[in-house]
This record gives sequence, structure tokens and C-alpha cells, in this order.
Amino acid sequence: MSEPISALNHASYDGIAKVEECGLQGMITLRGDLSDKVLAKVVKDATGQKVPGQREALVNGDTGVCWMSTDELLVLVPYAEVEAKLAAMTNALSGTHALAVNVSDARAVIRVSGSSAREVLGKVAPVDFAVDAFQSGQIRRSRLAQVAGAFWMDDAETFRVVCFRSTADYVFKLLKIAAQPGGEVGVY
Amino acid sequence: MLILNCPYCGVDAEETELAAGGEAHLKRFGPGSSDSDFHDYLFMRENPKGVHFERWRHANGCGKWFHAARCTQTLEVFGTYSAQVYEPPQEIRDAITAKRPGWTWRGFE
Repeated sequence: MSEPISALNHASYDGIAKVEECGLQGMITLRGDLSDKVLAKVVKDATGQKVPGQREALVNGDTGVCWMSTDELLVLVPYAEVEAKLAAMTNALSGTHALAVNVSDARAVIRVSGSSAREVLGKVAPVDFAVDAFQSGQIRRSRLAQVAGAFWMDDAETFRVVCFRSTADYVFKLLKIAAQPGGEVGVY
Repeated sequence: MLILNCPYCGVDAEETELAAGGEAHLKRFGPGSSDSDFHDYLFMRENPKGVHFERWRHANGCGKWFHAARCTQTLEVFGTYSAQVYEPPQEIRDAITAKRPGWTWRGFE
């Protein structure tokens, strides 16, 4: 069996913020009625979290759940456990109109950390990153320059950015350029 | 720059995050309809200077379609609302009437 390798294999860059690829992350896209009790139990069993409200991200390390839209959640689990968790999920959801799919290998996760992390993201996404407008616990799906991406904050200075695996190289280089020394804007 | 509030994810999304979907509230005339109805459905679009209703999709976001009421002349946005309606809801019409008394658009006023 070949060994799974993440899109950029832990590439990293140190500038005004540290940009690093996080490696393999188990991800399950879960679609269905978010008010459904069975779905809520499935989320609880897989992650220990409740069903997130609008734009909420309940993430702890490599486990958690993020609100993607009114009928879609992104469930994060450790990469090694994704198949087992998915099987349990599919089994529990058998009588419910819902869909759970393993998308781990279709995505890449990049961490942007440091005191200028807000500035780096602010240069590439049309989102208000002011401290009172975007905080940890929130997720935002938007675009990163020319490609789709989602991001949330793990703490006050750390972002985790999720993008498609096919655009991982583009997003990493984009963030790397935005994080070049001398690129501070001083807005946030 | 046009900024629309997505009624599904609550984000004030700017134009580059959205995809325009053309005129809102079109009634489809498909197989079995008269040629002139089909022609009008396919080709005839409003092109107003003032109040207009459009479909938008939060493409780089939650991915949902929604409706927006705005002014083509000033880019003023009167409101956004769910895609699952056949005509503008009353609060949107009231908001437009407050700012553009006497407005009409297709059969609505």
C-alpha cells in the first residue's frame, strides 16, 4: 500500500507570518437537514461537538465541525480515523436523507500564523479581518485571489485555510508572497 | 462596488464573491407553449433605469442562489431575499416604495 502524502508535504515559509502546509487532515462533507436529530447525533459521535450555527467553526486540533452552508457541514477528523468515522456515519444516517463523503484527499490545509496573519489573509481575500469582525470560532468561505477557499482562526494569531488540493500550490505561493518581509500594511 | 447581503450565510459579500444570474422571477414557457410566449421567455428581458430584480449566486461562499432588489442607476440595494419565492416579498416592496414611490417592474409595483 502506498503511503498517502499531502499536497505540499509540509512545505513552509517564514515571513511576516509563518505559512505552512498542515499535512494530511481527514475531512468529511456532510449534507442534510442540519436541524435533524440523527444528523446532530452523528456529528456528536464523530467529533464530540454540537451542530454549529451559521458560520460557526467548532474545531479543536484536527477534530471539529464547520458550518459550510445551510445544508452542509465540514467534519474534521484525524486522517487515520476517517474511514472508520465515515462508515459509522453512513450507517447511522441510513434512514435519513443525508450524504456523507470522504473528501480528505481532495483538499489541502494551510496554517498562517503570527502577529501579521490577519494582514496576510486580508491581502488575498475580500473579507473584513478587523478583530471585532472576524474571530476564532467563525468560519468564512470566500475566495483567495482567484480560487475558492475557507478559513477559520484557531486562536487570535492563527488561521487555518482550506482549499482544493489542485489549487494548494497556488494558494501556498499566494500566501507566501503576501507574507514577504516588508509587506506589512499595518491595517489590522 | 456592489455589496449584497447573502440571506443564507448572512455575509455581506462583495461583487467578486458573487456570480450574477440574470433577471429574477421569470416564468418558464416550455414545450407546448405558443411560439410568442417561448420567444418572450427566452429573449425578452427588462432593462430598466431604476428598480430592478436580479438573481445572484454566492459562488465563492455558501454557493446558494438568492434574489436581490437594487437600483441600476445608483447601485443602491433595497434588499436581498430567498430564492424560493415566485415574487418579491412584501417587506422588500415596502422598502423600495419608501425610497422610490410609484416604482413598477414587470407586473409588480
